[in-house]
Amino acid sequence: MNDLYLIYKNMTRKPLRLFLTCFAIFIAFLIFGAVTSLKTALNSSVALSADNRLVVFNRINFTQSLPIAYFEKVAAVEGVENVTHLNWFGGYFQEPSRQIVTLAVDPESYLRVYQEVVIPENLKQAWLNNRQGALVGEKLAQIYGWKVGDRIPISSNIFTHKDGGYTWEFEVSGIFKGDTEQYDTRQMLIHYKYFMETQTFGDDWIGWMALTTKDPSLNEKVAKTIDDNFANSQSETDTSTEKSFNKAFIEQIGNIGLIIFSVVFTAFFTILIVVGNTMALAVRERTGEIAVLKTLGFSSQRIFRMVLSESLLIALIGGLSGLAAAWLLVEGVKTFLARFLPNLILDSHIAVQALLYMLLLGLITGLLPAFNALRLNIVSAFNRQ
Amino acid sequence: MSEDVLFQLKHVSKGFVKGKEKISIFDDLNMSIERGDFVAIMGPSGSGKTTLLNMLGGVDQPTGGEIWFDGTRIDSLSESALTRWRAENIGFIFQFYNLMPMLNAQRNVELPLLLTKLSKAQRRKNVETALALVGLSDRAKHMSSEMSGGQQQRVAIARAIVSDPKLILCDEPTGDLDRGTADEILEMLQLLNRDHGKTIVMVTHDPAAAKYAKRTLHLDKGQFVQREIVA
Repeated sequence: MNDLYLIYKNMTRKPLRLFLTCFAIFIAFLIFGAVTSLKTALNSSVALSADNRLVVFNRINFTQSLPIAYFEKVAAVEGVENVTHLNWFGGYFQEPSRQIVTLAVDPESYLRVYQEVVIPENLKQAWLNNRQGALVGEKLAQIYGWKVGDRIPISSNIFTHKDGGYTWEFEVSGIFKGDTEQYDTRQMLIHYKYFMETQTFGDDWIGWMALTTKDPSLNEKVAKTIDDNFANSQSETDTSTEKSFNKAFIEQIGNIGLIIFSVVFTAFFTILIVVGNTMALAVRERTGEIAVLKTLGFSSQRIFRMVLSESLLIALIGGLSGLAAAWLLVEGVKTFLARFLPNLILDSHIAVQALLYMLLLGLITGLLPAFNALRLNIVSAFNRQ
Repeated sequence: MSEDVLFQLKHVSKGFVKGKEKISIFDDLNMSIERGDFVAIMGPSGSGKTTLLNMLGGVDQPTGGEIWFDGTRIDSLSESALTRWRAENIGFIFQFYNLMPMLNAQRNVELPLLLTKLSKAQRRKNVETALALVGLSDRAKHMSSEMSGGQQQRVAIARAIVSDPKLILCDEPTGDLDRGTADEILEMLQLLNRDHGKTIVMVTHDPAAAKYAKRTLHLDKGQFVQREIVA
């Protein structure tokens, strides 16, 4: 027998109460884990955006195109390091429901601007040299079982092929990874030139541009210069940082941060009261026993540690099981939500954050009963019996 | 202080304040207890028996005077030092047994040994010896709720002696038991005193219980009214 055994026996003396307390904490951390994963997934595109990357869209809205001539003009703006252009292909594989993020890009400049794309040099060269080649993200390749060398038919729900159909055939030249686990590799990249030559909408336009500045401090100046350059033209531009563009895009569906904070805070506050009350009650019931332990020679500090440890253990049991359930939930639904939330994951940051909250919960709910046990006067306690 | 004297109270006073009134429990109380003694302290309710026992056990402090135990003045020890002193020197037996309800007899007896540096095997051996001494070897795995009052009190006695303390303090140890069981418990205390040399101080209001002690001190209104009756 040791102190841990005593803590365990004290904790489990009323199994139903222990279960209900742990269950309350379980629910709190299930909500926390699931909702925080959702928030992280929604914000991941913002978090992963480079600080010095700007995007240039048509001022009317981002679905409107820009003249190809803008590309060279933007490249010549002082402070611009690299610039690339992109077109939305609107691709799907076999069935319209199997949509694939397909971007028609200028390969060399794209890889300079998006250095998160990691690809072996030989595969990169193979893609650059093959106009019909496609660079496929690792997760996308896994979903459809594509390998380098496979020829894949990709259809567009926007464009028409010059042969009258809607389907293009590409050859998988390479499979790329992201430089972090969060980087979305459920996408494929095709050659802009090949796309332009084979579609029927003309060949003098691009979808939007992405550029990097030489330093993030130049962002504002570069953005203003670009927009000023094209002011009063047929296609005015709207230049902003990629981060703020993504953030604004996400905020169209509401202030997720506030919603999550409100839900989590309300759940936590309620649980805090419930668990705190339970712990206080449990220790109050044991007043006589604590007095006996003190009489036998257990120090006040030791009893303080035991009561606090009990509270921490309860918080950890409920919290870790809640977090594990949240992980299972996220893992279970992420396949279904992959198209909308490709980065839905309960990662180590969330787990560490949750662990800190568990410890905080255990400390807050255990401190008062532990302090009362610490101060308990033996004579008064026996008189109360 | 004679080498035979284990406990000595010198001019001890104890009082408390209730509202604006100062209430005195003891005033200039003196007593000494020798090693191997078995002292019964009797007196009516409110005479200060339990307060005296609490002071002897270091769970209550006097407001004046000195308390000496085996050459150490204990009334001036800090709370933590007093806690250590209790663990090393005193065994307690309570009226209502005060066993831990979530532990079985064996674990209850082992509790004081958690405060020692004994190995697990040594602890187990000591527990077995203590339980054998009180005749409960076969009840080691039983919870207190599965035992009679007399058996629970025997477990409490085993808990009190397991760490081999110099002094055993008993607060109405038979107050919750029928006559027959009470006599068994008292015989056991007598045996511990007589055959194992344990010094025992027992508070009781039962004259029949006091007869088992070597001597009886009568306390009334904070004073020993009749110095002692030797059995």
